[in-house]
Amino acid sequence: MDGTPRLGHGFRFQWEPAQQCHVLLYPEGMIKLNQSGGEILARCDGQRDVAAIVADLEAAFSASGLRGDVEAFLAMAIEKRWLKLETGAKA
Amino acid sequence: MNAPAKIGPPMWLLAEVTYRCPLHCVFCYNPVDFAQHEAELSTDDWLRVLREGRELGAVQCGFSGGEPLLRDDLEILIGEARQLGYYTNLITSGVGLTEARLDAFKAAGLDHIQLSFQDSTKEINDFLTHTRTFDLKQKVGEMIKARGWPMVMNVVIHRLNIDHIGRIIEMADALGAEYLELANAQYYSWALLNRDQLMPSREQLRRAEAITNEWKAKLAERMRILFVVPDYHEGKPKKCMNGWGNVFLTVTPDGTALPCHTARMLPGLEFPNVRDSSLREIWHESEGFNHYRGTGWMKKPCRDCDHKEEDLGGCRCQAYLLAGDADAADPVCPKSPHHEIVSAALENATNPDRQTQPLIFRDPKESKRLIEEAEASESTS
Ligand code: SF4
Ligand code: SF4
Repeated sequence: MDGTPRLGHGFRFQWEPAQQCHVLLYPEGMIKLNQSGGEILARCDGQRDVAAIVADLEAAFSASGLRGDVEAFLAMAIEKRWLKLETGAKA
Repeated sequence: MNAPAKIGPPMWLLAEVTYRCPLHCVFCYNPVDFAQHEAELSTDDWLRVLREGRELGAVQCGFSGGEPLLRDDLEILIGEARQLGYYTNLITSGVGLTEARLDAFKAAGLDHIQLSFQDSTKEINDFLTHTRTFDLKQKVGEMIKARGWPMVMNVVIHRLNIDHIGRIIEMADALGAEYLELANAQYYSWALLNRDQLMPSREQLRRAEAITNEWKAKLAERMRILFVVPDYHEGKPKKCMNGWGNVFLTVTPDGTALPCHTARMLPGLEFPNVRDSSLREIWHESEGFNHYRGTGWMKKPCRDCDHKEEDLGGCRCQAYLLAGDADAADPVCPKSPHHEIVSAALENATNPDRQTQPLIFRDPKESKRLIEEAEASESTS
């Protein structure tokens, strides 16, 4: 997967104290994210491309080989329109 | 009362900031006696309500009415709500919306606008024939999109417009709508007064659903369409408000807090006012919010029914309006002893010789007349 993911139109991502988790807010609803989902989405800022997000997560959690999991999550999030993947000469 | 042991936070704070409205929808969900409740909360009251709601854990904040644009402090309220971390939603007809106002909302951080469709019959005609209403929505729609908001539309569907549903979808597409909610009228308040004129027949509904499905497939790439099926026709009680005191906390223009915007009509229940109590007390401790939480209040047939957790016995207001008993099963349920009221209304919708009264349009004069009528019938009975 290549490109730069950014939040889909109308979605907002934030930490929610009352829920003790990251959430995605959108018109009329809320998705509660588990920890790894929250960590991935926190990095989908429209600046970092997929490779940078993976590298960042691997550094933050002193792990390696995360690419597969991250891509699977991104693919699911794109399908649900939480994210848009921008491809082309950016970032 | 066995209310659920643990009461979670409300997800939604619905701020009905005013009952004032330039429009006169025949299906309006405001109470028919709204003219009695016009003493509006001040800006400071609303700011406190917003803060308390957020502390309770609410994440979605909806500004509606009436027409919320008629509050000239709306941008202040939106700004505060956004600042507090709510996802902010404005539900408006767009009447009176200007570029300057939209800029102020944008600067305040408004997340989402839902453009709702008012149609008295005349306006739906205007809309369908490409005149005034269409032009207004088009203008407003362009202003909304130009500021980067998604274009979300809501149209109430009923007998008088349901046969034009394909045309309505086509028009919504021409306006660039990305999301379209086709909500069948629900029969409370003004819509109940007008039910005989508003309720479509089964046949009309079936056709409309089929046409909607065709359009769904055709427009799948650019527009999402949601068709909300009416409970009368489905014979299936809805889990009203997703559970009483479970998801929604509504604050009405005069500060009365309600589990749903029509609950005020239920007799014998006291609903607290935000002028006297905090939202925390209201949500967790008030009798009004606790009374119908969970399933402990139920009687037969709901009490012994396998579906009771699923639909929570349907809608309390509908039970009261149709069965005269707010503790009864929702009469749309075939197991309700009052179900024949619903079948008769449906039957009537297919009767070519049905008698109907003229439509009653929602306005303050009618509201006052209805208040007087209610008072007169109370003093004679
Ligand atoms: S339903 Fe119509 S009349 Fe009622 S508040 Fe909304 S716009 Fe106004
Ligand atoms: S009897 Fe009550 S709980 Fe059972 S389906 Fe009907 S309304 Fe729902």
